[in-house]
Amino acid sequence: MGVIEARGLSKAYGKTPALSGVDFTVGEGRIVGLIGPNGAGKSTAMQAILGLIPHDGGLTVLGRDPWTARDALMGEVSFIADVAVMPRWMRVWQALDYMAGVHPRFDRAKAEGFLAKTTIRRESRVRELSKGMVTQLHLALVMAVDARVLVLDEPTLGLDLLYRKAFYDQLINDYFDRSRTILVSTHQVDEIEHILTDVVFLDRGRVVLDASLEDLEARFCELMAGPEQAASARSLKPIHERQVFGRSLMIFDGVDRARLAPLGEVRTPGLADLFVAVMGGRPREMAGEGRAA
Amino acid sequence: MSTTDDTFSGSAAEPRADHAPAPLPWMRVLYWSVRRELWENRAVIVAPLAVAALALAGFLLSSFTLPHAMTAIEAGDLKRADRLMTGHSFVALAVLLTGLVVAAFYSLGALNGERRDRSLLFWKSLPVSDLTTVLSKACVPMVVTPVLTYVIVVACQAAFLAWSTVIVGLSGHSLPTLWKHENLGLMWVVLPYGLLVNAIWQSPLHAWFLLVSGWARRMAIVWALAPIVGLAVFERVAFGTSNLAKLGGYALFGGFGEAFSVEGKGQAAIESFGQVDPARVMALPYFWIAPAVAALLIWAAARRRRSAIPF
Repeated sequence: MGVIEARGLSKAYGKTPALSGVDFTVGEGRIVGLIGPNGAGKSTAMQAILGLIPHDGGLTVLGRDPWTARDALMGEVSFIADVAVMPRWMRVWQALDYMAGVHPRFDRAKAEGFLAKTTIRRESRVRELSKGMVTQLHLALVMAVDARVLVLDEPTLGLDLLYRKAFYDQLINDYFDRSRTILVSTHQVDEIEHILTDVVFLDRGRVVLDASLEDLEARFCELMAGPEQAASARSLKPIHERQVFGRSLMIFDGVDRARLAPLGEVRTPGLADLFVAVMGGRPREMAGEGRAA
Repeated sequence: MSTTDDTFSGSAAEPRADHAPAPLPWMRVLYWSVRRELWENRAVIVAPLAVAALALAGFLLSSFTLPHAMTAIEAGDLKRADRLMTGHSFVALAVLLTGLVVAAFYSLGALNGERRDRSLLFWKSLPVSDLTTVLSKACVPMVVTPVLTYVIVVACQAAFLAWSTVIVGLSGHSLPTLWKHENLGLMWVVLPYGLLVNAIWQSPLHAWFLLVSGWARRMAIVWALAPIVGLAVFERVAFGTSNLAKLGGYALFGGFGEAFSVEGKGQAAIESFGQVDPARVMALPYFWIAPAVAALLIWAAARRRRSAIPF
């Protein structure tokens, strides 16, 4: 049984569906990227997983329904919604005191240790810190919680490149230990693809791709073909094609690399390119080939 | 495409303990939740303190006339003797009213502010239930403010009395006469009782304000008062009665009136312990109905917060 199990997960706001029968499973020790364009249903899925909103269909987190068991779940699930949710009036020492006061899995010494590596002062208020420092503070608090699941919803939105990179580096080096599970949603796909074990592409409230990175590597490949090979390559039905410096860059789904090799340079596509290919390359509901709910 | 296997070699993270720690005692979580409310809303503490400080400054200024007043009192001027208590009563009233106003505004913003500044998502990421959170917010006007009012009033009055003792002692007047007329013992004993009854009487108002602050996007004060005022006006126009308006006034100020009434009539001042009759107050239906209504409204506010997301 997965740490997070969604079966026919649906949610509508009025008559507008945000999630339409979504199925996916997140296993223990996985780092899963929930990726999709604006309005795809990522935040709705995150909110349902965190028990912030009611939902239809089946959804369990650590074996419990997050809507009915949110209080208990939050002892084992941490989340960072985005950089702007830390209370601006709060002083750093107050955040530490409060977390230690209410969270049974919070290790204050650990949080102090993380903060000692930053320039954040205990007396500072959150509103006096830069966006990057607020993120450091929030991450220090979250990493000091011995949680089984960490949910990150656009955690680095609005941060500059250095802070974004440091955020994920610290997360991996100081937090992830293979028994924890991380679900992360972001628009900056290329920055997290090296840490992901799985991806779930969402579009218009449906799963259009759900695969491990190993599966993606085996299934998709990218061909850089010159003008003279382009027609032959197209006959193999790429799911996406674009032109780069006069050459055709095509992404194929399920085509043997050996067949493509004579037509040009073959490599594994980056997640961002794959995302564009799957979302925009052809009718989106077909891209999952049976994986879509 | 690299995977975690490539990236995580040499990870510094420590293995996680398998055993789950015991949940923290509910009272501890509530205590820290109330503390964080007070961190955020310093006016709850600062405003009554500031009023008390002003009253203290005024008393210090007025104390220069104390020797003159003592001369008159020692000569048998009882009216002047009664006025010795005026300063003490004034500070109690001023701190009480300040607490009331601050508590009302606090309640009206308590569940609104966290949605407006999105901190709701931070609070909800912690293992604190909506009911505990709402209860902690209800504790501020219903418990913290009355307790704080008492502590500040007693401290202020004790300071008044100490300063009066110094002035009167240095001027060679009779200290027993001063202490006889500045009789604070009775006030210090009956004030907690009055504050408790007052808190019970006002509890539905604060709980209503909390509920409204949970769903009103803005101008919670208007949403909180408009239905009450509107219904009161409707009642007056339709039936020519003012029962709802009277009930509102009763909830607001009836606590002290009932706590310190003698045989059903309001008293300006309690002169002996015998006049305090908790059994009579407990026999009033409102004594039981008010907390029940408050509990219902708090429960509704917690339900509302359960599905609340930032604006």
